[in-house]
Amino acid sequence: MTFNSIKNDMKVIGEIIILFKDTVRCLFSRPFYLGRLWEQIVHLGIESLSITIVIGVVTGLVMTLQFGYGLEKFGGTLYVPAIVSLSIMRELAPIFTSLLIAGRIGSGISAEIGAMNVTQQIDAIRALGTNPLRVLVVPRLVASMISLPLLATLSAFMGILGGLVIAYVEFNIPAGFYLNKVLSTITISDVFGAMFKCAFFGIIISILACYRGFKTREGTRGVGSSAKWVVVRASIVILISDFFLSKLLILMFD
Amino acid sequence: MKKILEIKNLVKSFKDKEIHKDISFDLKAGETIGLLGPSGTGKSVLLRSIIGLEEIDQGEIYFHGKRIDLLTEEELYPIRTKISYAFQNGALFDSDTVFENVAYPLFEHTKLSEKEIELKVVESLKIVNLENSLELMPSDLSGGMQKRVGLARAMVLDPEILLYDEPTAGLDPSNIETVVEVIRKFKAKGISGIFVTHDIPTAKKICDRILILKSGKIAFNGSVEEFENSTDTYVQTFLSGQ
Repeated sequence: MTFNSIKNDMKVIGEIIILFKDTVRCLFSRPFYLGRLWEQIVHLGIESLSITIVIGVVTGLVMTLQFGYGLEKFGGTLYVPAIVSLSIMRELAPIFTSLLIAGRIGSGISAEIGAMNVTQQIDAIRALGTNPLRVLVVPRLVASMISLPLLATLSAFMGILGGLVIAYVEFNIPAGFYLNKVLSTITISDVFGAMFKCAFFGIIISILACYRGFKTREGTRGVGSSAKWVVVRASIVILISDFFLSKLLILMFD
Repeated sequence: MKKILEIKNLVKSFKDKEIHKDISFDLKAGETIGLLGPSGTGKSVLLRSIIGLEEIDQGEIYFHGKRIDLLTEEELYPIRTKISYAFQNGALFDSDTVFENVAYPLFEHTKLSEKEIELKVVESLKIVNLENSLELMPSDLSGGMQKRVGLARAMVLDPEILLYDEPTAGLDPSNIETVVEVIRKFKAKGISGIFVTHDIPTAKKICDRILILKSGKIAFNGSVEEFENSTDTYVQTFLSGQ
């Protein structure tokens, strides 16, 4: 790692912070693009529902299977509902959903804005007297902050349901017992904590994707490399920040 | 005629490459200037600098006597409804229909009802002979049609100045004639213009005055007649080269 690459990385971080600051400023002043916001909520949230449900259910199935057989050796099968539901709600659903959205939506946002950039559509937005941040970034940022927590909560719910099926079929844990254990284990702070983390990850994904879209050069090749850049960077930042957010939430609520 | 745009001692560089060394000229109300020059002399950059899409290094730009080169991006937005820019390739929003493209500035900057916007869009598209293409997507249009939609979008707010970035480049003679007619209609509406082109016959048809850029400076600034009768070696070389 050379001095120049560190300098470049610092410059990128600085530009991302400035983009975020300018976007937040646009959030609290007119005009608002509610139509565009709804379009993005549909695109980011509603169109991601099916894949989120599949990931949630499969995570629940696999986790219950692994914990079930693992704990069975020590006679701890009855702890499966608590462990599965807590790990899904606090960590697995937020992380898996955010990584999925980083791949599916983050790359899409950066490719879309990048393509607009190289075909001068962003310049056209400016030349027509409008602010690209308001038109393009704010709707995507807000849609990510709304959609991602809801998708992760749904994913967690589906995971817990998936776990219920395997717990009953493989380990003869009654459904009523499973649900009672889940409800007594998961607290409202777990749900809000997960949603808070996902809202934060939503900001990370949308801001990185928009930033890279605006910086896209070199035609279609640039569009492709921007999409890759976003998925890699967003995934790394999500995973690292998850540790610190988890620590913060534990300090606050546990 | 009253000056509506003044450029004074404009200097612009990209990294180490100096594009404009000292550019000064003005545009009068109702006038159309043809901006000529070899490729790479910064004709498009000059247009982009005028509306603040590029930051200039030195110099001053005045619109109706008000200095605009020091304005922030947000402060420039209202100016850009008065000085409009027609991009070389149209720069249409490719996810929006022709109607949505042309209606975009109206939704953004006016309080017109949807019905009034529709009428205004149709009126603008009539000028460019594309009133039957409302529901088409940009990808359904030929290059020439995209440029014409771009022109309709640029003029829909009735700007005072229209900056044309090579509107006839890459077009066949029939499409060039259509674009020429469109620009004549804009002139008839009183819209002033700066017309970047390599197409000298078209520039002579449309423009009142010709500017030629050379090595970052203005090598010629005069009427079409002066341009045609110029004995200046560079103008002669330039004309014969075309």
